[in-house]
Amino acid sequence: MTETTTAAVGDRVVHKQFPAISRHRLALYCGASGDHNPIHVDIDFAKASGFPDVFSHGMLVMGYLGQALSDAFPPDRIRAFSTRFSAITQVGAELTCEGTIAELFEAGGERRARLTLTTKDQHGETKLAGEAVVALS
Amino acid sequence: MVDQSAVGRRFTPVTAQVEPGRLRYFFETLGESNPVYRDAAAATAACYRGIPIPPTYLFCLEMLDNEKSFEFLTALDIDLGRVLHGEQSFVYHAPVVVGDTLTFSPRVASVTDKKGGAMTLIVVETAVTNQDGVHVADTARTIVVRNG
Repeated sequence: MTETTTAAVGDRVVHKQFPAISRHRLALYCGASGDHNPIHVDIDFAKASGFPDVFSHGMLVMGYLGQALSDAFPPDRIRAFSTRFSAITQVGAELTCEGTIAELFEAGGERRARLTLTTKDQHGETKLAGEAVVALS
Repeated sequence: MVDQSAVGRRFTPVTAQVEPGRLRYFFETLGESNPVYRDAAAATAACYRGIPIPPTYLFCLEMLDNEKSFEFLTALDIDLGRVLHGEQSFVYHAPVVVGDTLTFSPRVASVTDKKGGAMTLIVVETAVTNQDGVHVADTARTIVVRNG
């Protein structure tokens, strides 16, 4: 967990790597999330829609980033969390999630930090770019 | 093609239960091992009133308990194979724990054409309240529709 009393702008406070995303993982995530869009599991549907293969739910990728975030900050300290899905995440992607402190400020009677977040695959391609606001104390 | 007449449109509110078994399945799927999510005693020791939910799980609950899956896509006549998730945001106002019952109230906030109409961005904002009427969160999703 992040030592919140000494937090400084530029600190890397979130860092976690995840295993390669398998087709099985995509099938599990359909059930876990209620998102049954066949584009994530049915290659015939994906091809008919103009894609070469199935690809990951954006929210599975954001779920990994959320896990990296709440490893560093308990969920009740997370005030906001947002991402832009920059690129499709392919089967086999090995994701690394990173977060650094971009700003320290006070709001709602709390010391808060704004974090800049990214998720990249093993080739360094950015899949998600996001930010979060967390309470430090 | 979706036009400005969709803005302000509201969809059927979704009532969702935060069920422990389904949440455990989500954790298994993502390889989540944080004890605060997996162990009620650890959650209580950390001063939660129950097992908390992970940051993105509100999105799942709205889909899991929606009686009309993809209602807003069918209502707006959007082909499922032509949509991509462009952006997602969550603002958390109060904790949500296992056992809570949430109500999700979605509405179309904006419709924007991009690239000369080749794509349309649709923003759906959802207010989330719990069983005590507490406004626990606001979520927003941006859906990208490929029109070509």
